[in-house]
Amino acid sequence: MIVRILGEGQLRVDDSAAGELNELDAKVEAAVDVGDEAGFAAALENLRSRVRAIGTPLAPDALHPSELILPQEGATMDDVRRLLAGDGLIPG
Amino acid sequence: MVAPMSVMKRVTLIFRSKANKALDKMEDPRETLDYSYQTQLELLQKVRRGVADVATSRKRVELQINQLQQSSNKLDRQARDALAAGREDLAREALQRKSGVQSQIVDLTTQYQSLQGEEEKLTGASQRLQAKVDAFRTKKETIKATYTAAEAQTRINEAFTGISEEMGDVGMAIQRAEDKTEQMKARAGAIDELMASGALDDVVSGPRDDIQAELDRVGATNGVDAELARMKTELAQGSAPKQIEPGTAAAGPAVAEPVIESQPAGATQSADQPPAGDGQ
Repeated sequence: MIVRILGEGQLRVDDSAAGELNELDAKVEAAVDVGDEAGFAAALENLRSRVRAIGTPLAPDALHPSELILPQEGATMDDVRRLLAGDGLIPG
Repeated sequence: MVAPMSVMKRVTLIFRSKANKALDKMEDPRETLDYSYQTQLELLQKVRRGVADVATSRKRVELQINQLQQSSNKLDRQARDALAAGREDLAREALQRKSGVQSQIVDLTTQYQSLQGEEEKLTGASQRLQAKVDAFRTKKETIKATYTAAEAQTRINEAFTGISEEMGDVGMAIQRAEDKTEQMKARAGAIDELMASGALDDVVSGPRDDIQAELDRVGATNGVDAELARMKTELAQGSAPKQIEPGTAAAGPAVAEPVIESQPAGATQSADQPPAGDGQ
């Protein structure tokens, strides 16, 4: 599957890693649920570094949609809320 | 009804739905391709301007850091001059102000590094987008030429979603860089204004003025004292020139003596010889 880390580009990750990534994703979700900003940042960073570790960067000229999109480094819960509101996204 | 879905998956869906909405607006796939390509080129232009803007802002901060560094160096020199002149109070004042300037430098340096990071990210994003836009251009011509309408639609969807995701990503990167650059511009402008108005003089250039004035005064006093001392010495040696002249005169002959001696000797010889020659 293809994962995009915003601001960094896309990586191809083996499908077998989906379970592991879902677990890490659940930790991000748990932090959001209780409004734990520090926990959110840490969980998200874990998820990103895992993707970077096991993923292979896609060629810059590859034109594939991503199955998972991770917010950029330093993103806060507020940034993600804005993302979900659709602000800042340039309509294609 | 809505199954619990992770934030990341919702983010992904937002990107997807943006692209789908744009696709739905177009009736003719060719129109989609060409319109999209135009938008991509415009965004690419915007990203390039963004990179240039961040670079300009970064250079301005760099300039301010250099100016502050000069102020700091000057205050350091003044502190040394003051200490040399035995004015510890002035030296202390200069060093206190230097520490104020130093903390400004540290602060600006952090901002500088952050802008540098932003510049690097945008440059990378700009290169990725450029590569994708080039790939999209090639692909759109292939799609137009080769496939049936149904096949074309599927391939267009994929290419379009892929590029629109990249555009969304780059668009946000540009937005972040613009925000940061705006903040930096406001800050740099404020520092420039303060420097121009003299309000920042207490920390930056003003201290130079009063500390320098005091140092100059001390320096001038020292200069006058030195001048006085020199004059006193000269006056004390008021009769010295008479003593010195004979001394010099004595030294002159002492050096010239051999010449003088040899001259008479030569003169004696030559005086002797001609007579001898004459005699011969």
